[in-house]
This record gives sequence, structure tokens and C-alpha cells, in this order.
Amino acid sequence: MNWIAIWVTFKLASLTAAALLVIGLPIAYWLAYSNWRWKFVVESIVALPLVLPPTVLGFYILVAIGPHSPIGRFYTELVGHPLPFTFEGLLLASILYSLPFAVQPFATAFEQVDRKLIEASWTLGLSKVRTFVKLILPLSTAGLITGAVLSFAHTLGEFGVVLMVGGNIEGVTRTVSIDIYDEVQALNYAGAAKTAAFLLVISYFVLLLVYAMNRKVWAVWPQK
Amino acid sequence: MAAEIIVEVTKAFPGRKPIRASFRYPVEASTVLILFGPSGSGKTTVLRSVAGLEWPEEGTIQFVSRVWLDTGSRIKVPPQDRHIGYMAQDYALFPNYSVAGNIAYGLGELTLAERQKRVQEMVELFHLTGLEDAKPRELSGGQQQRVALARAVAPRPQLLLLDEPLSALDAPTRAQLRGELRGLLKQLALPSIIVTHDWAEALTLGDVMAVMHEGAILQVGAPQEVFSRPANADVARVVGVETVVQGMLIEAREGLATVRVGEISLTAVAVENVGSDVFVCIRAEDVTLEPAGAGLTSARNHLLGTVSAITSLGALARVTVECGFPLVAVITRSALTELGLTVGASVRASFKAGSVHLISRQ
Repeated sequence: MNWIAIWVTFKLASLTAAALLVIGLPIAYWLAYSNWRWKFVVESIVALPLVLPPTVLGFYILVAIGPHSPIGRFYTELVGHPLPFTFEGLLLASILYSLPFAVQPFATAFEQVDRKLIEASWTLGLSKVRTFVKLILPLSTAGLITGAVLSFAHTLGEFGVVLMVGGNIEGVTRTVSIDIYDEVQALNYAGAAKTAAFLLVISYFVLLLVYAMNRKVWAVWPQK
Repeated sequence: MAAEIIVEVTKAFPGRKPIRASFRYPVEASTVLILFGPSGSGKTTVLRSVAGLEWPEEGTIQFVSRVWLDTGSRIKVPPQDRHIGYMAQDYALFPNYSVAGNIAYGLGELTLAERQKRVQEMVELFHLTGLEDAKPRELSGGQQQRVALARAVAPRPQLLLLDEPLSALDAPTRAQLRGELRGLLKQLALPSIIVTHDWAEALTLGDVMAVMHEGAILQVGAPQEVFSRPANADVARVVGVETVVQGMLIEAREGLATVRVGEISLTAVAVENVGSDVFVCIRAEDVTLEPAGAGLTSARNHLLGTVSAITSLGALARVTVECGFPLVAVITRSALTELGLTVGASVRASFKAGSVHLISRQ
């Protein structure tokens, strides 16, 4: 088994989930509570990675962060090297690619918090931000864990985006799924089988956790 | 300027009559205003507008010297800055916080020691000792109601707003908590607005009562006044009870109570937890009128009197009989003709003991 690829993959998945836990919250909050009539436009953009082929998404990200785009040039000036084919570039792509997997469970959890509880919090003098922290977040823990775990699991298995944006650099951007592909290309089926089984088991347990949470096996949830 | 609460709001709803509510009344420490009306009359919308949870399209809301809403000059004070205590119909207790946590929730600006002291005060005042660590779902309806009230008053609001405070409870608990709530409101000495459609609640809790119907306020006055002298037929229909007089409970024996109203003795079905000072309430449609000399029916109360007023209500007529106190009966126009009733005529009014409702008012 290629432990270096496994390490890169887990680092990428953990950082993606962590980043989405931060970036996804305000987006989900806005999607859950905004009354803006064109909200569906933003909802559709957030959901795009669900339907877009990863290569298409990867292609646009590559172009967007490449040396010919303003973002790419700005990054190169700032850091000293270009973004494509680096771990940071791959992380950025993974965050965009897994965005709906985090934002949608978050937003659903926020929407399920009874409006009356939120109003009670307001009348008790708590600002919208404090209400979010003291009431909405604690009542949404199952949704937060689901979103984080799903984006983690989704990143574990990504292939197209990684290939487009990350390239295939050992120890930097070569992830498990690419490693399996390489092994098969090299006709090393035994190696591929081991890594594939490893990924299968991990993915299954991650999903097991998510579904168990949503069945409220352990989750403490208000009885309606 | 006298301390007043002024509400003048207009809010439209698709497919319904718009709400155009306007009232003002002087605020004293313990004035309880009842917003009374059937469901859909707009009373909850008015309450929520005062709380800052609903935004009328047009209007002003003023509390003492503070303007909370003025659509003309674009003043919109959010609920957080109104310093009110608000209790929703189903209490909206935070399921993830304990009883103590719920009560302490709005006390973030106090120091830890002050907060604990205030929570302790509230726990004692609302008889919640021993339940501090319980979660809301472990509590009975009555306990949940007390926690919600404790949470609303803990930050010492300047105005308390209660939306149907007792309607989520079963009937026996409701009757018991009605008296308790009155005691608590007097003890807290907070100006309050209470939304209800229950006339017993209005009489027990209210100092001032505003009757709402189809989005408009029809009458404002002392509850006893409004019930016994409705301004017009709409109000009479909405409030449903027309005879409300003060009485004294003399004795209760074998399930029946004897009540004195002035010189008259009435028989009522005894109820628990009623003090000696009571409001005696009789619905106009429960009173039957017969010629003065007719044979007695099975009803327990027969009062001889003279007709002092007759008002037409279309097919029905509202007859006021002076029989030691003014008693209102609603009868059909044909019965009126058959009995040959005119102002000054003698008549006997009868009603069952079960039609005499006693509301304690200590």
C-alpha cells in the first residue's frame, strides 16, 4: 500500500472538511434564513459540483488559478510560486468540489430549528450572531457532523479534480484514488486491490457514522 | 406626558381582511391589558408587532417615551432592543438547555454571581425548586409554562407579552394556573399584554380589555364593563357572556354553591379554588324568560324582575331584566311577541345552576 498517498489523502480530506466547517456555516446560514427572492440562483451555484463532471470543474479551477488569470498572478506575486499543481491549489479545488456536501446538511439543520425558539432568543436580547452561536449551532450538531463527515468522505474519493488541478506529484498531490489508477495502469492489480479495499472500508465506516447519526441512534435531539 | 402605550398599526395579509389596530392606554406598574378575540382576529399579530417579531406595513408603536416603530420616519427597533419579556403560545423552551439554563439564557449581561442569584430567585418565585437541572421535555405542561414565564421575566423586562399563556394546558390545569398567574403578575408588578380568547382568563387576569374582531379593535374598557355592556352587537357576539356581576360565595355544599349578588341568592355548580369574592357570569343564551305566573321548571334559579331594555339583534332580541342586578337574556323575536314583553313588563328569568360561572378575583 502507498502510505504516502494515504497520508496526502487524509491530510487533504481533513483540511477540506475543516475549511468547509468554517466557510460553509455563513453560506448555509444565509441560505437557510435569507428571504431574498433570487436566493435560488446562489443555491444552484452551490449545488453545481453535484452534477458537473469533476474534470469540467477542475478545468475551470485550473484556468482560474493559472498564470493567465488575475487570481493566479496575484497569488504568484504574493507567495512566490503559482497555485496549480501544489497542495494548496488542490485544497482550494477540493473545498469548491465538496461545498454542497457541507453546505446542504448545514442549511437543512438550520432550517429545522424552530423559528419560535429563534424569536424567543431575540426577545431575550440576544443578537442574531449570539443566537446563532448559543442556540442554532448547538441544535444543529447532527447536521454539522453530517456535513463535515460527508465532505471528508467525498474528498477521500475524488479523482477528476485532483488529476486536473493537482497533477500527480508523489507526496504532494498524489492521492489514493490516483494511486489506484496508476497501479492498474502498471498492471499491479494486487497493490491496487489492497488500496481499493482500504478506501472501501474507510468510506463505508464514514457513511455508517453519518446514517447512524441521522437515525438519531446517539444524537440528543429535541422531541417534537 | 403620562406614561402610555400607543399602538396604531396596519398589516395586510393575502386573502384576508387587513389588520388595522389602534389603541392607547396609560401604563402603570401592574396594568394587565387583555387582547381578546376569536382566532384569526389579529390579536397575535398585534402582540407580535409590539414584540418586534412582526413588521406592520404602516403605523407607530410607542412605549412610554420610546418609539419602537414609526414607518413614517423609518424607525424600526429590533426585538433585542425593546427590553420586553415575550412568551409564545407553546412556550418555545430551548430543548438543549436545562430549566436553569433557560432562565439564565437572557442574563448574559450579568456577572456570573448575579446571574446565579437571579436564577435562584426565579426558581423560588415560580416554584421550580428541584427542577433546575431538568430538560424541558421532562416537565409537565404547567411546569413548562412556569419556566417560560420565569425565562421571560428574569431579565427584568419593562413590558411583558403573553400569547395565550394557558391555552396549551389541559382544562383542570388551566383553571388552577389562571389564579396562580394572576398572583404572579401582581407580584411582578410589570405592565403586561395578554392575548386570549377565553373570557374566564380575561376576567381573572385583566385590568383593561381590548376586544378584537376581523383585525379591528371594537371596544376598550374594564373587562367586567366590556362583558356586561358590550358597545355593539359585534362585541356581544365576540365576548359571548353578557351578565357579569360581582358576588360573594356564601357556602359550597354537595357540589352546589350559594352566591349572593346584592340581595339575591343564586345557586351555582361549585368549583374548586374559588375565593369568596367572585365574578358571577351568565351567558345570555342560557337565560330563559317566562311569564311571571308560570309553573316552575327544573332550573335552580328563578328570578322575578322587570324588563328594563330591549334591543333588536335581527331574528333575536336582547332583553335586559332588572332582577336585583341587570340580567341579559337573548331570545327569539317570536318569543318576545308571544310573551308580550315591553319595557316595564314583569317577567321571570330562569337559568340552571350549571349556567352560573364563578370566576375568582382576589
